[in-house]
Amino acid sequence: MKSLEELRAIRAKMQGKVGVRAENENQIRVVVGMATCGIASGARPVLTALSDAVQEQNLSEKISVTQTGCIGLCQYEPIVEVMEPGKEKVTYVKMTPEKALEVLRIHLLGGQVVTKYTLSAAQNNAK
Amino acid sequence: MMPEISLNILDVAENSVRAGASLIEITVSVQPDADSITVIIEDNGCGMTKEQVQQVQDPFFTTRTTRKVGLGVPFFKQAAESTGGSFRIDSETGKGTVVEAVFGLSHIDRMPLGDISSTIYTLVVFNSDIDFVYTYKYGEKQFVLDTREMRELLGHDISFSEPEVSVFIKEYLETNRLETDGGADI
Repeated sequence: MKSLEELRAIRAKMQGKVGVRAENENQIRVVVGMATCGIASGARPVLTALSDAVQEQNLSEKISVTQTGCIGLCQYEPIVEVMEPGKEKVTYVKMTPEKALEVLRIHLLGGQVVTKYTLSAAQNNAK
Repeated sequence: MMPEISLNILDVAENSVRAGASLIEITVSVQPDADSITVIIEDNGCGMTKEQVQQVQDPFFTTRTTRKVGLGVPFFKQAAESTGGSFRIDSETGKGTVVEAVFGLSHIDRMPLGDISSTIYTLVVFNSDIDFVYTYKYGEKQFVLDTREMRELLGHDISFSEPEVSVFIKEYLETNRLETDGGADI
């Protein structure tokens, strides 16, 4: 069995290395809908893929990934909202872990909205 | 319906988060001899009145304003009862809520337990201001993840979302589940 005692070693290793990771004004906020509708449609792996990628690529200072409840657009779940300071909110719909990573690469890092996955694109297609 | 029991657990535990709980205890007990899986989610949140307990079991009731249905608890209840199991909610205003679902382990209509480690990981890492006690039992064997114990060892200035810590949590849950149930297909 793996023991929680290993946390002591992690603590010792991280001593002094932990900076203040408080939310700052310039941070991009990425929010994943995690109510019944989101979870049933596959939001858990989307949330995990995003937060794992942000950690692996050391982006925690720039991007914060959090969860929220029902956004009210259940038929479009899993939904990921991107809130960038000074910019309009972008709502991505019917996300998968793969699409979410594409959003991370092209939008969050590259600065280009991935139009094909947005709510407005989905609504236009439905017309 | 949810495809996995573990997703029902995530969904119902999110209700405990929204009930303002500071401690959420989740027990998953797989008992092959008794042919059952028992899931207990217990919180010290705001609790519900008797009337509200009835209402949450009704799919056409919700306190949300974003939509008109509340399917989380009815999904969980239906999933358990359709396997010859049982479902109950005990709640007291101001004290908290206990949800217990028992599933028939070998019942043909039982959905898989699924990735329970990922459910617990998501709850623990994304709700760092809440304490969780997770117990996983398989027959006589069991393991526990108690975030209060983790904070004690780690100190209060290191977040569970720090990469080193979250990787540890993931490995702890996955390795210990495997050692507890021997990789049984549940």
